Amino acid sequence: MSDLLAARSQMAMSLAFHIIFAMVGIGMPVLMVLAEWRYTRTGDPLLLDLAKRWAKGTAILFAVGAVSGTVLSFELGLLWPGFMHFAGAIIGMPFSLEGFAFFTEAIFLSIYLYGWERVSRRAHLVAGVLVAVSGALSGVFVVIANAWMNAPRGFRVVDGLPVDIDPIAAMLNPAFGPQALHMTLAAYAGTGFAVAGIHAWFVLKQPKNRFHRHALSLALRMAVPAALLQPLSGDISAKLVARTQPAKLAAMEGHFTTQSRAPLHIGGWPDEATRTTRFAISIPGGLSFLAFGDFDAEVQGLDRIPEEDWPPVAIVHVAFQVMVGLGVFLAAISLWAAWLRWRRADFVHHPWLLRALVAAIPAGFIATEAGWIVTEVGRQPWIIQGVLRTRDAVTPMPGLIVPFLFFTALYVFLGVMVLYLLMRQMRHAPKLTSPGSG
Amino acid sequence: MNADTSILPTIIALVMAVAINGYLLLGGADFGGGVWDLLASGPRRARQRALIADSIGPVWEVNHVWLILVVVLLFSCFPSVFAIISVELHIPLTLMLIGVVLRGSAFTFRTYDAHHDDVQRRWGLVFSISSVLTPALLGICVGAIASGAVARASHLEGVSFAARFIAPWANPFVLTLGVLTLALCAFLAAVYLTYEAGEDVQLQDDFRRRAFGAAGVVFVAAFGALALSGTYAPNVRRTMGTFDVSFLLHLATGAFVVFAILALMRRSYRVARVFAAAHVSCFVWGWAFSTYPWILPPDVTFVAAAAPDAVLELILVALALGALVLAPSLVWLFRVFKRQPAAFDDLHEETTGEFHAPNPP
Repeated sequence: MSDLLAARSQMAMSLAFHIIFAMVGIGMPVLMVLAEWRYTRTGDPLLLDLAKRWAKGTAILFAVGAVSGTVLSFELGLLWPGFMHFAGAIIGMPFSLEGFAFFTEAIFLSIYLYGWERVSRRAHLVAGVLVAVSGALSGVFVVIANAWMNAPRGFRVVDGLPVDIDPIAAMLNPAFGPQALHMTLAAYAGTGFAVAGIHAWFVLKQPKNRFHRHALSLALRMAVPAALLQPLSGDISAKLVARTQPAKLAAMEGHFTTQSRAPLHIGGWPDEATRTTRFAISIPGGLSFLAFGDFDAEVQGLDRIPEEDWPPVAIVHVAFQVMVGLGVFLAAISLWAAWLRWRRADFVHHPWLLRALVAAIPAGFIATEAGWIVTEVGRQPWIIQGVLRTRDAVTPMPGLIVPFLFFTALYVFLGVMVLYLLMRQMRHAPKLTSPGSG
Repeated sequence: MNADTSILPTIIALVMAVAINGYLLLGGADFGGGVWDLLASGPRRARQRALIADSIGPVWEVNHVWLILVVVLLFSCFPSVFAIISVELHIPLTLMLIGVVLRGSAFTFRTYDAHHDDVQRRWGLVFSISSVLTPALLGICVGAIASGAVARASHLEGVSFAARFIAPWANPFVLTLGVLTLALCAFLAAVYLTYEAGEDVQLQDDFRRRAFGAAGVVFVAAFGALALSGTYAPNVRRTMGTFDVSFLLHLATGAFVVFAILALMRRSYRVARVFAAAHVSCFVWGWAFSTYPWILPPDVTFVAAAAPDAVLELILVALALGALVLAPSLVWLFRVFKRQPAAFDDLHEETTGEFHAPNPP
């Protein structure tokens, strides 16, 4: 394994690990506040219990998210000093703002977790709302920095270094809105479906358990709207990628030949050697329409791009198919659940929906991981699109396979521990059957 | 690059020193708590550990963010220096990160995992060992920079792996600074814990003894580092000899530790706490003033390494706005928790009951 590949693997692994906890850090606060708010409205102690249990889960996941996020902020320099030397001044602004948002989140989460009996009821709820808001904001700021890597703005390059730096223009790069929207919705949908699925599993086993029925219904309130909006947000993102990163779009679609009325490839396997995408379902004009809103638009293929600037086509294409497929799956479940809710049906009598929800537990997380693979691998060989190559940014430090393997082992261990602790906690959920037996 | 007259890099440098000071006073004391968790002994071992967990409990994640602030300011405002430090100190920084991860997650897991003694002990061990390693490695990184070895290593070409990536930090002076940082954290934590023990005189005496011990290690390590600096960090040695602000701060550092010890001897724990914090703060500022204007001694200054003024201005605006949000939030947090320590059990109760009435202020 070359040092460059080891560095990329360590970064990918660290991001993939952290993103789960970051998503939960954005989504869970909304759920616990929702439960507590419903409690203040109804006075049902079961809802307070739910808020407390969700808060406990959040505490475990937030701590792991905090430390794995710290690791990432150092790894930017430890693995990519060339990138930080070039870009630190340009994207320092969103990272600084992220620092403050995270600081605020940590403060109010401490108050929320440990303050049940120390602050007033209203102050406690306000603290929860501030956790949710600052959690979402800190995610948005980090995504802004990543969006800049895809659509760099706000500087000129002279002698290989940036001049005339304008951090505000850098933050307001064209990719920031679409990416921030897409990631925030992903966090709500992914976390919401994971929580909904866990409680759906308990509802299947204990149909009379009010605790899990309430929990399921609250989680769906967050998950369903997010999953229904996500395809629209994905469309905005795809149109942006078509304009700003044609190589990434071509790789996502396995689109080798520049043509008008370009077909949409669903599934299939892109073969870089023969420059064809085999075994895919082709929809004529579909890609032209999705990318530019016009069935006859010309879509640039990989043939227009020098082969040394191609991203790994197969990985990007397959990851994109996984993301879209799971997104459609979640949107379909959402429609189903929304329709039943509109019909005022009780989910308990619809075991197939509950089973689908259980199947969807990891779906949002896997879709998000796949989406980040599309974003990051699809930008290769660039670390800053069109400006700086990944291989020119890596540290000169040799032997990078050692920290890669070590951090992988560490994170596998932490992941197993977190799962074990969460499962232990869920087994201790209350078995309430009669109304009001708090 | 800026005109040499720009004041902004200096202001950012001051903010970074404030953040480092905050990290040492709050996060450092949490590390120190981990040291005493590891060294808990005697008949009151369990009570010592419970007090430590209570005092760290609610706010460790908040205390930890000071470190992130320092890192973010460093890479936003002095990106070339961040790049150099990350390359040359890759190994100690990576080890420190492993410590950060293990310490934070072990502490949380211990809080939420089963309350059997053996499970608790296992997580406690991970927590306390990483609490020892992390501040020591932090001190090693700072020491390597201060000694000038990092700047020198960044100019090396074609030397062996060990000469470039290990030698700059693996020397007696730098390692002594690691011990010094660890001892400072332990001293601070012990003094804080005498105060937080509240009415429990036995626990107060336990931590009072530990504070004396830690102060002794601080003393030995500080003068050890001074003695070693002639050989390993001549630039540091030179600044020690000149009579300036940093010299006065070094004197104050020594004076405050003496005051803190006197207060401990008189069992005035509240006063001792203030002097201990002043001692550690003067340590940080004495180091900051003797380092200035160099960010990477002996050849890179803050001004030379700074990002353009346009960037620094915006960062300062963001810092000001952030402080407006953070200051009242932090005040609220510490008012809520530091007034009534030892209610960590809030988390463990499996209650489904009502809110309890908020405690009167």
